[in-house]
Amino acid sequence: MVTHSNTRRIEISPVTRVEGHGKVTIHLDEANRVTEARLHIVEFRGFERFIQGRPYWEMPVAVQRLCGICPVSHHLCAAKAIDHIVGGAKLTPTAEKMRRLMHYGQMFQSHCLHFFHLASPDLLFGFDSDPATRNVIGIIGANRDLAYQAIMMRKYGQEIIKATAGKKIHGTGAIPGGINKNLSVAERDALLVDIEQMKKWSRDAVELARQYSVTNIELVKTFASYESNYLSIIRRDGAMDLYDGGLRAIDAGGSTIFDHVPNAEYLDFIREGVRNWSYMKFPFIRSLGEERGWYRVGPLARMNTCDFIDTPEAEAARKDFKALTNGRPNHMTMAFHWARMIEVLHSIEMIERLLHDPDLQGTDLVVSGERAREGVGIIEAPRGTLFHHYRVGDDDLVTMCNLIVSTTSNNEGMNRSVRRVAEDCISGQPTITEGMLNRIEIAIRAYDPCLSCATHALGKMPLIAEIMGPDGNVIDRKVREP
Amino acid sequence: MSEIVTFTIDGRRISAEAGQTILAAAQACGIYIPRLCHKDGLTPVGGCRVCTVRVNGRPASACTQPVAAGIVVDNDTEELRSWRRQIVEMLFVEGNHFCMFCEKSGNCELQALAYRFGITAPRYPYLWPKRDVDASHPDIILDRNRCIMCGRCERTSRDLDGKSVFGFVERGIHKTLAVNADARLADTDLDLTDQAVNACPVGAILKKRTAYRTPVGQRQFDREPIGTSVETRAKLTIDGGEPR
Repeated sequence: MVTHSNTRRIEISPVTRVEGHGKVTIHLDEANRVTEARLHIVEFRGFERFIQGRPYWEMPVAVQRLCGICPVSHHLCAAKAIDHIVGGAKLTPTAEKMRRLMHYGQMFQSHCLHFFHLASPDLLFGFDSDPATRNVIGIIGANRDLAYQAIMMRKYGQEIIKATAGKKIHGTGAIPGGINKNLSVAERDALLVDIEQMKKWSRDAVELARQYSVTNIELVKTFASYESNYLSIIRRDGAMDLYDGGLRAIDAGGSTIFDHVPNAEYLDFIREGVRNWSYMKFPFIRSLGEERGWYRVGPLARMNTCDFIDTPEAEAARKDFKALTNGRPNHMTMAFHWARMIEVLHSIEMIERLLHDPDLQGTDLVVSGERAREGVGIIEAPRGTLFHHYRVGDDDLVTMCNLIVSTTSNNEGMNRSVRRVAEDCISGQPTITEGMLNRIEIAIRAYDPCLSCATHALGKMPLIAEIMGPDGNVIDRKVREP
Repeated sequence: MSEIVTFTIDGRRISAEAGQTILAAAQACGIYIPRLCHKDGLTPVGGCRVCTVRVNGRPASACTQPVAAGIVVDNDTEELRSWRRQIVEMLFVEGNHFCMFCEKSGNCELQALAYRFGITAPRYPYLWPKRDVDASHPDIILDRNRCIMCGRCERTSRDLDGKSVFGFVERGIHKTLAVNADARLADTDLDLTDQAVNACPVGAILKKRTAYRTPVGQRQFDREPIGTSVETRAKLTIDGGEPR
């Protein structure tokens, strides 16, 4: 490790072990002021390269394997891209609604997992609470009902995924131009049994997140926060749509940068930058350039970009959320949690609506049309806008793949949040405490990046932070056991 | 009427027609002997050795060895199960088998046997060979990554389709499935309706654009694990006469 003569470097490594190891480095000058703070993603996955030469119909099932947390999002996004290859982008009502049901099930379970299992210990016990109990086991001990609710909500989402994709993880439901099964009456009725309970718990979750935000408003306003641009897909009428729509980007003041951009034209509006210290790219809005064009995605972004939510209870919750900032974009990183729970409520409302739709028992499952050589799919994954782009040869083998994963879009945002926390909490401090390390993680965790999954309560890896002297020797070292 | 002979498998007395193979005779009596290179209707070759049994103490492939009066056949012993497991594990490491996204998953005999044998991971190191995919044919894809060299396609094409589209070249670890053309499957006379297209026990020869059409839970071996149709369907002619 090379250090500059008058600086010290704190390293948190690994931050995670999920879909790419991450580490945080914080550079301090001689007065212990933060000069630089970075989140590095240090593992390279290479999916875009090694699926070249594979048949296009494998994409929805193969590429979803790049993630064990949100495979449904990749499964559906790849399927949406491949739909264009087979000329089947206009799905049958049964196929589209089955895919949507799968997607809302995924959104529901993923958000619940993150909020209850990973984030809630910080929110309920405090940033500086004893790390020995600041985890999901601590939640079980302190609030058994909440822990039970968390597990049952996640289970419910997983059951929806199983009923639509065939398996709870890494299913095969979405196929080029459609879906391989409908929802049987028995499956539908089994899912309807618990719907009222799920709605109630979802309302409670929104209230829990709202209460946290308003009670701790001074912290929430500033912690890890930055003004930024926001991106999502949006329905034609401006409604939040997690499954399909054109791209919308807004700036920090809420003004539209672009709107209803067709998915196939994303490269005219979004570019990816590369930096030599991270394997994760840095996407940006092309018209604004790399310096000013970075943007955030995910639940907070979607609350900021959408004009309304098309389900009544979530729309009421959204209005409540927007009132906090008088209708202007909300830049509070910790408000991701509240926004996430509003999406949980929206998802369960959509699930209920779909379960009562007889189209789900339809038998017209697949369409095809004119073969194309290129397809782009964009979807709102739990963590934000997800892009899949494929080119296919006449022999049906993939020749090019470009993926912009949600967490990648939040790369700059997470780095800024890490820097902000480092400046606010570590700068000028002579020693580092466990609470400081946890604050760095809390900032990253608010985004629910794929690399958040293991950082916290469920993690088995200790966090290691070292202060290096000018000669590169370790002069202070803290290890936080999981 | 052909001669009936009597012999034992794992101590059970079996009656079979003279000239039947041990595999066929066992199958007729509801005893499943695992196999990969053999398929009903094809001339057996005893290539994969998964069906290895002991006949009067000597190893033999059940798909080629005819029955004889009074022979003592061992089939379901720990030793033979271990041999079969090892053969299947070697087949897994010798090719590039990614069940997790393979479109043949759930309909694959190699995978089904691995499940039957309780294999969770092979004990041998993966060889990760570089193998080619031939997608030149408009309706059929040949993925050599998954080929286990069983030769079913070769025999089916030659004996049932009368075409000889497939064959093998090279030897040992370099052995490769070849097609009867200068290079590409598209240049052969293989037709989508040929029986050879359906002969592959794994995912090496597949009809294009049919992947994942059957939902998880309804695929062939989801509904009926390999061997169970033999074990539950057939009537037994064993001591006591009760179906197994």
